Amino acid sequence: MLEIKNLVVQIEDKRILNGLNLTVNKGEVAAIMGPNGSGKSTLSYVIAGKEDYEVLDGEILLDGQNLLEMEPDQRAAAGVFLAFQYPLEIPGVGSMTFLKAAMNAQRKSRGEGELSTPDFIKQVNAAAAKLEMNKDMLKRALNVGFSGGEKKRMEILQMALLQPSFCILDETDSGLDIDALRIVSEGVNALRSPDRAFLVITHYQRLLNHIVPDTVHVMHGGRIVRSGGKELALELEANGYADYRESEAA
Amino acid sequence: MPAVQETIDQVRSIDVDQYKYGFETEVEMEKSPKGLSEDVIRFISAKKGEPEWMLQWRLDAYKRWLTMTEPSWARVSYDKIDYNDIYYYAAPKKNPAPKSLDEVDPEILKTYEKLGIPLREQEILAGVEPERRVAVDAVFDSVSVATTFKEELAKAGVIFMPISEAIREYPDLVKQYLGTVVPVTDNFFATLNSAVFTDGSFVYIPPGVRCPMELSTYFRINEKNTGQFERTLIIADKGSYVSYLEGCTAPKRDENQLHAAVVELIALDDAEIKYSTVQNWYPGDAEGRGGIYNFVTKRGDCRGKNSVITWTQVETGSAITWKYPSCILRGDNSRGEFYSIAVSNGMQQVDSGTKMIHLGKNTTSRIISKGIAAGKSENTYRGLVSAHRKATGARNFTNCDSLLIGNQCGAHTVPYIESKNATAVFEHEATTSKISEDQMFYCQQRGLSEEEATALIVNGFVKDVLQQLPMEFAVEAQKLISISLEGSVG
Repeated sequence: MLEIKNLVVQIEDKRILNGLNLTVNKGEVAAIMGPNGSGKSTLSYVIAGKEDYEVLDGEILLDGQNLLEMEPDQRAAAGVFLAFQYPLEIPGVGSMTFLKAAMNAQRKSRGEGELSTPDFIKQVNAAAAKLEMNKDMLKRALNVGFSGGEKKRMEILQMALLQPSFCILDETDSGLDIDALRIVSEGVNALRSPDRAFLVITHYQRLLNHIVPDTVHVMHGGRIVRSGGKELALELEANGYADYRESEAA
Repeated sequence: MPAVQETIDQVRSIDVDQYKYGFETEVEMEKSPKGLSEDVIRFISAKKGEPEWMLQWRLDAYKRWLTMTEPSWARVSYDKIDYNDIYYYAAPKKNPAPKSLDEVDPEILKTYEKLGIPLREQEILAGVEPERRVAVDAVFDSVSVATTFKEELAKAGVIFMPISEAIREYPDLVKQYLGTVVPVTDNFFATLNSAVFTDGSFVYIPPGVRCPMELSTYFRINEKNTGQFERTLIIADKGSYVSYLEGCTAPKRDENQLHAAVVELIALDDAEIKYSTVQNWYPGDAEGRGGIYNFVTKRGDCRGKNSVITWTQVETGSAITWKYPSCILRGDNSRGEFYSIAVSNGMQQVDSGTKMIHLGKNTTSRIISKGIAAGKSENTYRGLVSAHRKATGARNFTNCDSLLIGNQCGAHTVPYIESKNATAVFEHEATTSKISEDQMFYCQQRGLSEEEATALIVNGFVKDVLQQLPMEFAVEAQKLISISLEGSVG
């Protein structure tokens, strides 16, 4: 599904990713954990195609397609979805308007016709109900005045509607209380399928109690330094990242 | 939002050339001698078959104008205008005063059709879809070429006709109101207009009548080296209501053309006038060659108690815009509103805003201005809110937002606030923002192209104002804004 080979990335002459290798298979939920500044968010932005990042070496393949040669919207059409750590506010643009514009844009790139309004509303209502979202929220401008938890739910709602094949969750648990964490996690779990892969980026084990990963990778100094099963997350929770910091010092 | 999709399609269908109204119509024209003199004014007045008092009015204005100097306080710069290098009158040779559409030169009808204003269909559709009918007055250079729905409006007692016709047919009404809101001596451009104005619309709504349809005037400058000096006068008598829309376009030309219009609105007791403008004069090319100089004086007088005047404008065209649609809130409890979207791209210069002059008691006003600057353009909001000594309880709310696209453009806000009354409450809010790269990335991550993302964000920014426009025009305006900003990102 996703194959990253020897990825080297810098921003403003500062090297962030240092020969990163990672493979995520179809149907797999891969967690990436690591201390602050290890390059986790950079990795998610580079996969999604944010400007400002200079890729010096390596490649990112999604189902064999070279993502690095594609614009962000083309990558989205190819199936990449990034649930942002800090979702952006778009003043004056209703949430429904935004959802419809995004869904139709992706349908168009797949050569499908526009969604009819009744179908659209039906789909949104069904997905919003699962996330226990307040309908008034959908009437407001996108993310404007939303609480942290509401913003994260809006991200998962978009993920559910756009049906991407490769989902990146960037610190989705930050800013969530226990109830919101449960609802958001259930939303994600409902989307798990043999055809879809997830890259879950987090600092803490607690999210992984809800979204149980198949694999856990530890990121440090811009590369993956250790990989294992879900038990690796528990080990990190117990010991922290101190081991990795020391190994670097040594 | 289907309009976004339409916008994108529209933008794509336009190649290199973004201004789709830039074509020229081949019709034989009759023109006045070039330049300005008493003789030229006599020529215009005679062409219009005007009574002596009107000619005298023009000549007085001309004498006054000769003593005036061009204003220089606006934040715009341009080469000196040679007022003797302009034709002040140009009319299609064939039948300059047609009685019905059948007499109109087919080339001209085709022009309006190309512009999306099918005058013929407007009449044919009459009665089929009554709630969407719009009566249109089409002005081609210096003359009105067609006015639709005249008879039906007349049944309601509404007068809607070219002002040159009204001067002949309703001299008393015209005499009573012309120049009472924008005096002949008001300012350099208004005085020039008073001397040489050629055509424009005249509207009178009798007491208690709610005008049965939208009224619209479509202005087209076609002829080279021609100025357009239209004059519009709208009177809403006691308890009446009218909604009026004007649209404007011009062919692409390398030289600049002058447009100096005067619009006067008068609302008597309990009357309401809604005046909407979609201004899309040719803005000039990317290097700033050509384009219309748009120096316009628009003013409404809320003369009666409880009267309301609303200005809504979507300004995307012109090389230079100098325009401040204003309200004189004379009647007690009267209300003035100004909603504006001013888009500038390329080398365009916009200095626009409003004046709300509170004279009566408990008068209220509201100003919502959205400026969008892209390319190397300069976009200035200039507004005055003032309260007279007797204007107890005056209230104003002003909100000016500017959006910058790219980093070579400028947005400026110049508010003037004067209060001579301690009970007046004036509020002013202003923001300047840029479309952030993060917002763009977020939209693109969801599958929207760069153009779609820009259109969506800009439409969100101007939403409050678009809502004020009649439905069909709001969609049109939304498209226009996106087209104007084509190529401004990246």
